[in-house]
Formats: sequence, C-alpha cells, structure tokens
Amino acid sequence: MKSIIAHELLKTYDKGAVKALDGLSLEVEEGTVLGLLGPNGSGKTTTVRVLATLLTPDSGSAIVAGIDVLKHPDEVRKVIGLSGQYAALDETLTGWDNLTMFGRLYHLNSSSAKKRAEELLEKFSLTDAARRPIKTYSGGMRRRLDLAASLIVKPKVLFLDEPTTGLDPRGRMEMWGVIDELVKGGVTLLLTTQYLEEADHLADSIAVIDSGKVIARGTADELKNQVGGERLEITVEENQITEATRLVEQVSGAKPSVDPGIRKISAPVSNGSASLIQVLRLLDEAKIHPLDIGLKRPSLDDVFISLTGHVAEVVVEPEVGGKNAAKRK
Amino acid sequence: MLQSVSDFLVITKRQLLQMIRIPEVLIFATIQPAMFVLLFRYVFGGAIDSGVEGGYVQLLMPGIFVQTVAFTLAATAVGLAADMQKGLIDRFRSLPISRSAVVIGRTVGDTLQNVVTLIVMGLVGFLVGWRPSSGPVKIFLGFLFLLAFGYSMSWIGVIIGLSVREERVAQNLVFMTVFPLTFLSNAFAPTTGMPKILQYFAEWNPVSTMVAACRELFGTENVFGATANSWPSQNPILMSLIYMFLLVAIFAPISVRKYVKVSK
Ligand SMILES: Nc1ncnc2c1ncn2[C@@H]1O[C@H](COP(=O)(O)OP(=O)(O)OP(=O)(O)O)[C@@H](O)[C@H]1O
Ligand SMILES: [Mg+2]
Repeated sequence: MKSIIAHELLKTYDKGAVKALDGLSLEVEEGTVLGLLGPNGSGKTTTVRVLATLLTPDSGSAIVAGIDVLKHPDEVRKVIGLSGQYAALDETLTGWDNLTMFGRLYHLNSSSAKKRAEELLEKFSLTDAARRPIKTYSGGMRRRLDLAASLIVKPKVLFLDEPTTGLDPRGRMEMWGVIDELVKGGVTLLLTTQYLEEADHLADSIAVIDSGKVIARGTADELKNQVGGERLEITVEENQITEATRLVEQVSGAKPSVDPGIRKISAPVSNGSASLIQVLRLLDEAKIHPLDIGLKRPSLDDVFISLTGHVAEVVVEPEVGGKNAAKRK
Repeated sequence: MLQSVSDFLVITKRQLLQMIRIPEVLIFATIQPAMFVLLFRYVFGGAIDSGVEGGYVQLLMPGIFVQTVAFTLAATAVGLAADMQKGLIDRFRSLPISRSAVVIGRTVGDTLQNVVTLIVMGLVGFLVGWRPSSGPVKIFLGFLFLLAFGYSMSWIGVIIGLSVREERVAQNLVFMTVFPLTFLSNAFAPTTGMPKILQYFAEWNPVSTMVAACRELFGTENVFGATANSWPSQNPILMSLIYMFLLVAIFAPISVRKYVKVSK
C-alpha cells in the first residue's frame, strides 16, 4: 500500500515565472521513509506544504493515507503530523502550554492533553524545561518540541521539513535517534533534507529533486551505483607515495589518482575486499605501512553532483525559530 | 458545532495565557491610554473650553475610550502578523480544527484584553474627575458598546494581519490608518474648526458616532458633535450599531476565507 502519492504536481509563482513544482511525482510505501533530497529552492518545502494541505497546487493530484488531499483536506489533517522547516510554536508560552494547547486542538480532552504533554516532554528530554517560555529554548530544544507537537495524536503519515537544519552535530544525532524510533513505531515518513548523509542514514529510499522535479530516485545504494563502483583509497608517508602508487596500479589495473597534499592515492577496484587484501599484502612486503586504507563507495555527495550538476550548497541557516527565522522568504 | 466552540476557546485561552506569561504587554497597553487620559486632561484640558458641566474630562473620556478600543484593530493585526511570520498560522492550518477557530479565537481574545484595559482607564478617569451621570445601566451599556466596537474593528485587523504577514508592516499600516481616524473625529475637539469637507468626513466617521453614542450613554451632552446636522450625528447610537454590524458582516466572512487560503 502506498501511503503518499503525488502525481504531476505543478505550482508556479509570479504568474508562471517561478516554477516551484514542475510536474513532481513521488510515491511512498506505507511504513517506510522517503528522503526528499534537494538543494535550496528545489521545491522541498513546497512539496511538503502541498501534501500537508497548506498549499493548493496549480494542477496535479495528491493522496495521503488513502485520502485525496485536494478534495478532503480536513480528513487528511486528522491523520498527518507536520513539523515545518522552522519551528512553529508560541514563543511566549512554555513548552507545556504549547503541547497542551495543541493537544486540545487535536480534540483530546483536558486530562488526556495534559497526560500526552507530560509523556512527550519526557520522551524528548524536555521535562526540565517544560515550564520555561519557548523564547528561552535553544534551537535544538525548539526543534524537539516542534516535533513533539506533531506527534500528539500518533499520525499515520509524518512530514518533517529539514528536521536537523541548524542543529549542531550532537543535536542532529539526537534528532536522528528520535526519528529512528518513530520509524520503528511504523509511521510513514517523508523527510526533506539538504544533508546527503542524513538521507543516507534515515531514509529507505531517496528522491533527488531539483527545479521542482524528481530527477532520480532509489535506495542510497542504487543511487551510488549509478555513479560508479568502489574505489580503494590509501594514505601513506610522503616518501612512499611513488612506490605505493605503483603497487596500487598493479592491483587496480587503472592509473591511480594521487593527491600529494594529503598524500592520498585512490583508484577504482573491481573485487572489493579481495583487492584490498591484495594491496595490503603487497604494501607489507614493500615495508610500507599505510596511515589509512579503505574501500570507498561513492558518497551521496558524488551522486548529487553528478545528478544536479552542482555541489550541494551548504548554507548557514539562521538559528531555528529565532529572530532571524522571520527573515525567510 | 460544539467542537468549533471548543476550538476557538482554546485559541482565546492561549491569548489569556500570553497575558499571564508576559504581563508587560498588558501593562503597556494600559499605561498608554492612561497616559493619554492624563495628558489630554491636564495639557489640553485647560485650553479647551468645553462648556459642559464637570469640565472637559467628561467629553474626553468617551473619546479616549473609543480611541483605545479602535486600536483593537492594531492588536489583532500585529498579533496575527506575528503568528504568520512565525509559521504558527501554518501549523494551526495543518490541524483538524474548524476554519474559523483561529480568527474568532483571536478577535475574542483581543476583546477580553479590552475588558482589563477599559477597567483601568475608567478608574484613572474617575481619579481625574470623570463622573458618568447616567446611572449604572446606561454606564454598563456604554462599556458594552465600547467592547462591541472594539470587537468589530478587530475583524479589520484580521484582514490586515493575514495580508501583510509581517509584524512591523502591520504595526505601521495600522497606526497610519487608526490615528487619522481618531483625530479626524469629535473625540478630542469640536469638529467645527475643521474645513467643511473634513467636517462631513468627521461626522460620518464611525469613531465620531461611537464617541457621540458613548457621551450619550455616559450622560454628557455632545457639544463637540453636530455641526452640519447630519443624520449620523443626530442618531449616533443607531449609526454606530449599523457600522458595527456592517464591519462584522463584511469583514468576518472575508477574514475566514482569507485564513483558509492564506499561504506564504
Ligand atoms: N510565495 C512564493 N512566491 C514566490 N516564489 C516562491 C514562493 N514560495 C516558494 N517560491 C519559490 O519556489 C521555489 C521552491 O521553493 P521551496 O521553498 O519549496 O524550496 P526548498 O527546496 O524548500 O528550499 P530550501 O532548501 O531553501 O528550504 C524557490 O525558487 C522559491 O523561491
Ligand atoms: Mg524549504
């Protein structure tokens, strides 16, 4: 069963001058995670907003949890959770206030809303901060509370728009843990990200989008295979580079590329770990002890560059939910 | 139906909670009109020859009351624009709640804030010599009138707030519209001094009819009023009711539609 189906979505702005979505189609199998991966302005947020009933496309259709998004948005809203790109909370109220308010708006009765707020605060390690206004929360705390708010009634389908943008590495790891757990609980998740490793880590399948269209899709492995096979990479002492390069070439059969600056030699190999062992043995015989050696599959970065023709932009995002978040377009 | 009532009450409650969490807002919202009372009473009060029993302050208080509740429009516009800006409106729109809940909750919440503001101002007014003389029922009706006017102005604020989407723009826009409206009226001075064309405007201005209605309800002769003997200045209570009805009848449905469609 497909939990999310988007078909030929088109959304233009400025009288057709800007095509935010240009015939975007995607499908997500029930209980799986789709990572929507794309650079700035590629249409990730627009896709999420259409699927979450916030935006009407110019044309195309969408079905979420078996319900037509355009015909029955009210029904869709009952079964989805949404955590947008920027934390959307009442800053003057406390975490507790926010969660109980949203609980009531999900039509829990007063005591269930309180109980649920308690549970979620506990689950997201926010119990200590529960009685403080959101204003005083860090970016990571806001993000977690925002996610918590979208989980008040267990949604069938969850949309997370760049859930880790603006978080430090630790915050991101925590968020990944939380999301992993949700997915184990069986929710269908559509997640957008600019971080390639994030899609790799969290998503069952990935749709790469650019200029409002899906330009590639598959599992992370499939996408990587599209770009090419494995490479052997070794790092050695400076005076051993020439000799090591010769040995690597012997195994690979192709001319290795050498980066003298970081003393790294790399070459494509066809037999994976067998080639690795072979190279290690030759190096050992030549009394060369590599500082680092490994097989490397192409990263999603490589995939991204080869697909979109440009490097994934790394932008410094304004602090999540802070004053600057207001300046978004 | 019951569900929609509970939805909007949750939104209203949120605003009351905000008042508790940041009482400064309410304090400033109250200090400002109180300051107006004192300034007008003591700075202009001496210069303006009111010719009514009890002095200028009797005419002034209804004027300031009306000006204050007219600014409910500002509170609503700025509050909603801020919610838009923070993405809260989007979040509300993704919830399974009735379509009118957020805007009704907001207008009712802003009206409840007016209750507090009006009480404080009434007390300050009393301290500086305001003595409504029409008896408790009419005085009560006067305040009810003020709340109702604030409520209907609030619906214009909804449209502004949802249209500009940015707090500061809302702020500027609102001050640019409400201030002229309150000054081009009989709120603080007689309209007779104005050029003829402005006099007509001032007499049809809902702020003027409201001020005249309140003066009547609080038992003060409206000597700043009728110059051209226009219908509104002859029938201020009825005219104000018509204005309030029109404001809500026109702007409430537009607001709800705007809310449903609004998107950044
Ligand atoms: N309200 C709007 N008016 C005009 N153009 C818009 C509007 N909303 C989005 N766009 C344009 O549509 C395109 C897609 O925007 P969208 O926000 O979906 O991108 P995104 O992939 O989420 O980008 P980011 O990674 O920066 O969040 C962009 O070119 C954007 O400028
Ligand atoms: Mg986005």
